[in-house]
Amino acid sequence: MMSFFTSLVNGLSLGSIYAIIALGYTMVYGIAKMLNFAHGDFIMVGCYIIFVFSSSLGLPSIVAILVAVVLCTLLGITTERIAYRPLRNAASPLAVLITAIGVSYFLENMALLIFGADTKSFTSVVPWSGIALFGGELQIQGITIVTIGISLLILAALQIFVHKTREGQAMLAVSQDRGAAMLMGIDVNKTITLTFAIGSALAAIAGALLASAYPSLTPYTGAMPGIKAFVAAVLGGIGSIPGAMIGGLTLGIIEILSRTYISSQLADAIVFGILVAVLIVRPTGILGKNIQEKV
Amino acid sequence: MLLEIKDLTVYYGVIQALKGISFSVDRGEIVALIGANGAGKTTTLHTISGLIEPKAGAILFNGNDIVKTPGHKRVGMGIAQVPEGRRVFPDMTVEENLKMGAYSREDKDYSSTMSMIFERFPRLKERRNQIAGTLSGGEQQMLSMGRALMSKPDILLLDEPSMGLSPIMVNEVFDIIRSVHEDGTTVLLVEQNARKALNIADRAYVLETGSITVSGDAEDLLNNDAIRKAYLGE
Repeated sequence: MMSFFTSLVNGLSLGSIYAIIALGYTMVYGIAKMLNFAHGDFIMVGCYIIFVFSSSLGLPSIVAILVAVVLCTLLGITTERIAYRPLRNAASPLAVLITAIGVSYFLENMALLIFGADTKSFTSVVPWSGIALFGGELQIQGITIVTIGISLLILAALQIFVHKTREGQAMLAVSQDRGAAMLMGIDVNKTITLTFAIGSALAAIAGALLASAYPSLTPYTGAMPGIKAFVAAVLGGIGSIPGAMIGGLTLGIIEILSRTYISSQLADAIVFGILVAVLIVRPTGILGKNIQEKV
Repeated sequence: MLLEIKDLTVYYGVIQALKGISFSVDRGEIVALIGANGAGKTTTLHTISGLIEPKAGAILFNGNDIVKTPGHKRVGMGIAQVPEGRRVFPDMTVEENLKMGAYSREDKDYSSTMSMIFERFPRLKERRNQIAGTLSGGEQQMLSMGRALMSKPDILLLDEPSMGLSPIMVNEVFDIIRSVHEDGTTVLLVEQNARKALNIADRAYVLETGSITVSGDAEDLLNNDAIRKAYLGE
C-alpha cells in the first residue's frame, strides 16, 4: 500500500514537471498559433546553464537558476525573432513547424559540441532531504515537495497574470483573434514575444526541477520530456492553461504507476497509447475547445 | 479633411487589389464605399487600419501620413474599425469585449463611455456577462460597434455591418449608425447593400476591381441610371 502512495507522489512530482513544460507549449500554441518543437531543448539548455554556474563555477544554485531563467528567456525571444517571426505569415503553417524542428536539432548539436555526449551528473538544486511519514514508511523527497509546490505556484501566478493584467488580456485577445486584437491597439508582435519569454523562463525552471529529480544530463535530456509535455498539453486541451496542468499531472501519474505496476519498458507505450485513446474520444483534449486546425 | 487617401496601391502577392485609388472623408460626413464582391472595399479599410501594408500611396489622417505608423497605434490616433464578420472575441464576455475596445485609451477611466454604450445598446447591458460567442449575429454586430466606440474614435470604419442580418436587424444597425454619426463621429461605410448605404450617406464612391469608377453625392448616385442598374437591382 505504501508503495502505491510513493508512486502516486512521484507521479505527481513528474507530472508537475510535465505541467510546467506543457504550460510553455500551450501558451505559445494558443497565442502564436505554432508548436515550438524546440521547447524541450530550452529545458536542456537551462539544465546545462545551471550545471555550469552551479557545479563548475560553484555559485549557489538559486543564482544559477536565475541565470538560467534569464538566458533561456533571451534564447526564447531571440529564437522567435529570428527563426519564427519571419515565417509567421508563410503560406503553409508547416514552414514554421519544420523550422522549430530545425531549432531543436541545432540546440542539441550545439550542446553536443560544447559539452560532449557523455552524461554529466547534476547536483540537485534542492538540498533538503525531505520528510518521512507513517513512521518512515512513506519517504517524500525534498525535491518532490518543492516541484509540486512550484508548479501550483506557477499555475496560480499565470492565471492571475492572464486574467487580471493588461498584458494578459492582450494575450487572450491575440489568442482569440489576432486581427481584431490589432484593431484594438494591441501590439501583436510584442504580445507574442512576451509569450515566448514566459514559456522559455518556465522551461528553465522545469529544467532545474527535472535534472534535480533525474540527475543525469545529456544533450538529449530535454527531448523526451518535451514530447511528453506536448502530449500532456494535447491531452489537457492545447491552448488551455488549466488543461496543461491537468494533462501534465495525469500523464506523470500514469507514467509512474505503469512503471511500478505494469512494466518500466512499456510505460512510454502506455502513455502514448492513452494519448491516442483520448484523442479518439475527445479530439480537443480534456478542457479543449473546438479550435480550427493550424498545425 | 479628416481622412485623405492618395493613389493607394495594394498587392496580394502578384494580384493588384487596389490600383491607386484616391478619395477623402471630411469631418462629420458619412461616406459610403460601394461595390461588388472582390472590388477592394475590405482591402481599403484594412489598409487604413494597418492590417495590410500598401505598396504605394498615402493615407493622410488629420493631414499626417500614417502609412508608416504601425497598425496597433492607429486606434489611439482615432481610427476604429468594425470589421467584416464582427470579429468579437468569442470566449470573452460582452463586458470584457468592450474593455478590449478601450485598450488603446490613455485615460483608464472608460466607465462613462461604457455606460453611454450600454445606453445606446440596451441589449448589450442585459447580456453584459454573457460569452460573446453565444450572442446572435445582430447582437455580435452591436457588440463589435460598441467595442469600436469604446476607443472614442474620430472616424468609424464599418465593414459590411448588415451582412447576414435579418431585415429588422439591418434597419436597427443603420439607425445606430445614424445616431452615432449625429453624436459627432465621422463614418466611412463599406456596404454591399448599396441602397441602404446611399440612403444614409452624404457622399459615395463606387469601387470596381480595385479602381474608383464613380463618385458623388449619395442622392445623385441613387438617381444615376447606371448605378441603379448595376447596384440597386433595377
